[in-house]
Amino acid sequence: MTLLLASFAPPYWLSTLIKVLVVSAVVPTTALILGMVFLFKIMSWMQSRLGPQEAGPRGTLQLLADGVKFLQKEDIAPNGADLWVFKVAPLVVLMSTLLLYVALPASMHLVVADLDVGVFFVLAISSLSVIGVLMAGWSSASKYSLMGALRAAGQLIAYELPMVLAVIGVVIQAGTMSLNGIVVAQNESAIFGWSGIGYPYILTQFLGFFIFIAAVQAELTQPPFDMPVAESEIVSGYQVEYTGFRFLIFFLAEFATAFAFAAIAAVLFLGGWAVPWLPVSSDWYYVLGPIVLFAKVMIVAFIIFWVRFTYPRFREDQLQSLAWKVLIPLALVNIVVTAVLKVVL
Amino acid sequence: MLALLVAQNIAFYIIAALMVVGAIRVVTTKNVMHAALWLVLVLSGAAAQYILLAAEFVAITQVLVYLGAIIVLFLFGIMLTRAKTGNDDDLDNKKSAKFIGAGIGVLLLGLMSFSLIDGFKDTEFGDLTVQRTAEVSDSIFSTYLLPFEVLSVLLLAALIGAIVIARRD
Repeated sequence: MTLLLASFAPPYWLSTLIKVLVVSAVVPTTALILGMVFLFKIMSWMQSRLGPQEAGPRGTLQLLADGVKFLQKEDIAPNGADLWVFKVAPLVVLMSTLLLYVALPASMHLVVADLDVGVFFVLAISSLSVIGVLMAGWSSASKYSLMGALRAAGQLIAYELPMVLAVIGVVIQAGTMSLNGIVVAQNESAIFGWSGIGYPYILTQFLGFFIFIAAVQAELTQPPFDMPVAESEIVSGYQVEYTGFRFLIFFLAEFATAFAFAAIAAVLFLGGWAVPWLPVSSDWYYVLGPIVLFAKVMIVAFIIFWVRFTYPRFREDQLQSLAWKVLIPLALVNIVVTAVLKVVL
Repeated sequence: MLALLVAQNIAFYIIAALMVVGAIRVVTTKNVMHAALWLVLVLSGAAAQYILLAAEFVAITQVLVYLGAIIVLFLFGIMLTRAKTGNDDDLDNKKSAKFIGAGIGVLLLGLMSFSLIDGFKDTEFGDLTVQRTAEVSDSIFSTYLLPFEVLSVLLLAALIGAIVIARRD
């Protein structure tokens, strides 16, 4: 079966069609998996929420119930809303999520576009969702939405920087910006001559990993960085006027983005789709690669959601000073140290 | 290869048409927020054209700098100062300003088309090779090292200048 997959080389139009279909199927699936496992199961265990444990056998039907609930709701827009922008905004957010998946490698050849500058592409694309958020906040014609969108924009701009800077350490160590290249570099290098577990960069770039995860948390506007959607003061921020399916799109985009960022963290710091004792050229990765990557993604996603369900919200000024005064200087120090060691060693 | 070229051509004309529509709407719309959003369409179209020209580094930089930073600052600024929905009647320029603008537009179009036709002559679209990002960075950090460093010092000076002007105390 692996050989069959390796020899499959469809013509251009067919392969493009397959890629589009796969991405548009994978994105909602990953969002639903994260929603099911973390939001419904882990969170309800951690916070003793009854619903997700009782609906259906072992609470497995809660997702279905929530999905049907969203689809039943009427699609309404506020009176003064700018209809056109209001309706497009969730799609802009979803589109930036879809584009993230273009560069994610699930094995050497199971990738939509194996870009030379995969890391750069991913970081650039992830900054596009801000436009959708600002569109949503402005077009709702509601002061809560506007406040939420302004907060979101301020936060996303601030945490974009530590995220980019945290990744540079990995890029320096790997010597490439290609996501596949980074996986290969981690798989093939050795720790002082011992190649038992390859060389996952989390060992040397632990600081970078920490900063990256913190910045991801902020980019997703999840607690403790959820000022933009703080329920207790601005109701739900830029999402407040959205109902039914359009709200569901925001929700799907948030969780699919969480999955994509967890996958990027897994690729950059945990060795991606490769396992140490199997060379990267092996045909087994056509089947094994996605499974390995998925396992690593679930580990990283667990950290992200664990923090989400545990810590209370930062105040706006605390949130900004954490980014500018703590994370960015730490990331810069990390870059300098990594660069010096790269030249010296 | 042929299928790729056909796809490239079709994509080029679709994106170009979208960009032209977007560019016209940027200057004709009566709502400043809509103008910024049409500009998003034009700039992302430019990024897509760069990808068709196999210049992926330039394309991604275009997305990161123009869409991710400059447009977001535009929207942020507009929303902080005047956030009303609906049309804004005092947004239009005077007649004389419109004619000068149109004149400059035509002049730029002529200049750009002349330099493009003169510069590329008979080079065909498919002949262009993929510009690897490593080659771009190699030439920046070897051949063009001095201009690159001078540019970064210039940007640093601009940054410090902006802070000095913005500070009240």
